[in-house]
Amino acid sequence: MAAAAATSGRKKGIRNLKMKLALLSMMIPGAIYLIINNYIPMAGLQIAFKKFNYRDGMWASPWTGLSNFTYLFKTKDAILMTRNTLLYNLAFIVLGTVFAVAIAIMLNEIRSSGAKKIYQVLFLIPYLISMVVVSYIVFAFLSYDNGFLNNSVIAPLGGEKINWYISPQYWPFILVLVHLWKGFGYSSIIYYATVIGIDSALYEAAVIDGANSWQRTWHVTLPGLKNTIITLTLLNIGRIFYSDFGLFYQVPQNSGALSNVTTTIDVYVYRGLTQLNDVGRSSAAGFYQSIVGFIMVLVANLVVRKIDRDSALF
Amino acid sequence: MESMVSTKKGGQIAMHIIGILLCIACVAPFILLITSSLTEEATLVKNGYSFFPQVWSLESYAYISRKAAVIFRAYGITVLVTVVGTVSSLFMTLLFAYPLSRKELPFRNVLAFFVFFTMLFNGGLIPTYLMYTGTFHIKNTIWALLIPSLLMNAFYVIMMRSFFTANIPDSLIEAARIDGAGEYRILFKIVLPLSLPMIATLALMVGLGYWNDWLNGLYYLTDENLFSIQNVLNKMVSDVQFLKTNQTTVTSAVDVSKLPSVGIRMAIAVIGVIPILVVYPFFQKYFVKGIVVGGVKG
Repeated sequence: MAAAAATSGRKKGIRNLKMKLALLSMMIPGAIYLIINNYIPMAGLQIAFKKFNYRDGMWASPWTGLSNFTYLFKTKDAILMTRNTLLYNLAFIVLGTVFAVAIAIMLNEIRSSGAKKIYQVLFLIPYLISMVVVSYIVFAFLSYDNGFLNNSVIAPLGGEKINWYISPQYWPFILVLVHLWKGFGYSSIIYYATVIGIDSALYEAAVIDGANSWQRTWHVTLPGLKNTIITLTLLNIGRIFYSDFGLFYQVPQNSGALSNVTTTIDVYVYRGLTQLNDVGRSSAAGFYQSIVGFIMVLVANLVVRKIDRDSALF
Repeated sequence: MESMVSTKKGGQIAMHIIGILLCIACVAPFILLITSSLTEEATLVKNGYSFFPQVWSLESYAYISRKAAVIFRAYGITVLVTVVGTVSSLFMTLLFAYPLSRKELPFRNVLAFFVFFTMLFNGGLIPTYLMYTGTFHIKNTIWALLIPSLLMNAFYVIMMRSFFTANIPDSLIEAARIDGAGEYRILFKIVLPLSLPMIATLALMVGLGYWNDWLNGLYYLTDENLFSIQNVLNKMVSDVQFLKTNQTTVTSAVDVSKLPSVGIRMAIAVIGVIPILVVYPFFQKYFVKGIVVGGVKG
């Protein structure tokens, strides 16, 4: 009896082990990919402290201490790209959130469900398109010779044609506009999904208390959205050192005249790698981005944990 | 809830006006892109891009269908990469996310952190580029379009794991085990059929990622035979830009006469966009679901 139990116990143990090994084996391809695509490049960040040459490659190039960094921070590029990256992201976060929340509330307040559906479908269209195509569309509007704005809006009104691609003063507005245009559908749907989830009893109670629609929005909808707003803002703050390379490189068509207002860290790193062939400074900038970016996520999360534990990411 | 939350009639009208204006803002730029590609070249040069061209013409499209084998080749590569990439990506994500959702998995927390950490910290372009080109030699191979950054990401893994945790009851797995089914069999015969809406949602998002990707081509390809449609579009912009900035000095690097005219460039952009716009309405439901599930932490 006891022996039989022991055998069946061992059998069960073997079955258990087999199951665990099977589960682990499933993860092998993904694990290999993460190691290659994500973890080796993390280790590769050490390149920022090396004097890179293509013969020795990433791992064997000689160490050079902090010289890449002193070289980078001596130029005005470091301040310029940090300023651009931070300010654009700040504008994106503030305007993007306000805009998306407003649209979400609007979608909720609209009564016709057919119209609601159509709005959602169409609002998402810009999100589906690659930045390359967006840059073509922007070009159709802004081209000096053929652009829609110069030919069909400014000229008929008797204005002077504007050479958009060499006029940096317009680009902060253009880039913010393009960003909002491309992304508002996506984020308003996230917020709208949260609004739908708000307990309808709260609205009923508000109506019984005589609240009008502004008061309902202010006292029920917005508090209901608070957690989602915090979480998404936190995610965005964590990405505040990163930028959409396509938006800043492709949409202004890599125009040199605009580089003061379009050079973000990602653009700088790319230019250094490909056009200037300056891996040293570029990798220092990349290291700076990775590390400060990482600290930003941790700090943002810590702050949120202090305010409201449930909204924190981890 | 909706009957309770009634807004006054004026408010409704105002909101519809805003809604319609936003719809126009979303759609009109694409219409401009399409009308530009359908405008006769001379009209385009005279009047610029416009919503109502004076003279319509299919010449740009005729040109593409006659001459540009490059475009069709690029189109083929885009389709190939999108299909192969999406299928492989879904397989890897599925195989990685499912075990993470099972309590029996050894080192479960460590493995979950292993994935999650890649969302917090990354090596960035330079080490990634140097590794892929220096160690794996994917420069100017088709792998360059398939593998870097797109094949699997932590976000989708976590999204899928959450789906399994919420929707696949432990008792179901347990019952299958008692019947003697192996883990792979359980995954593909029981869990997978129950997860089709999730798979469809992810397929759409991953597929869109591959279709629209131009960064991998920009970083890793110089051989134009491997260009996807997005890379061709990108190349045309940079060639024109190159000409403009080097008008006085350049002689040989870019041959002006070989550059497609403005109308043709717009037509190629339209060809790159049309499949998305055609497919989108049918999958819109899944897409919105994907955004909702993926939007907030998993």
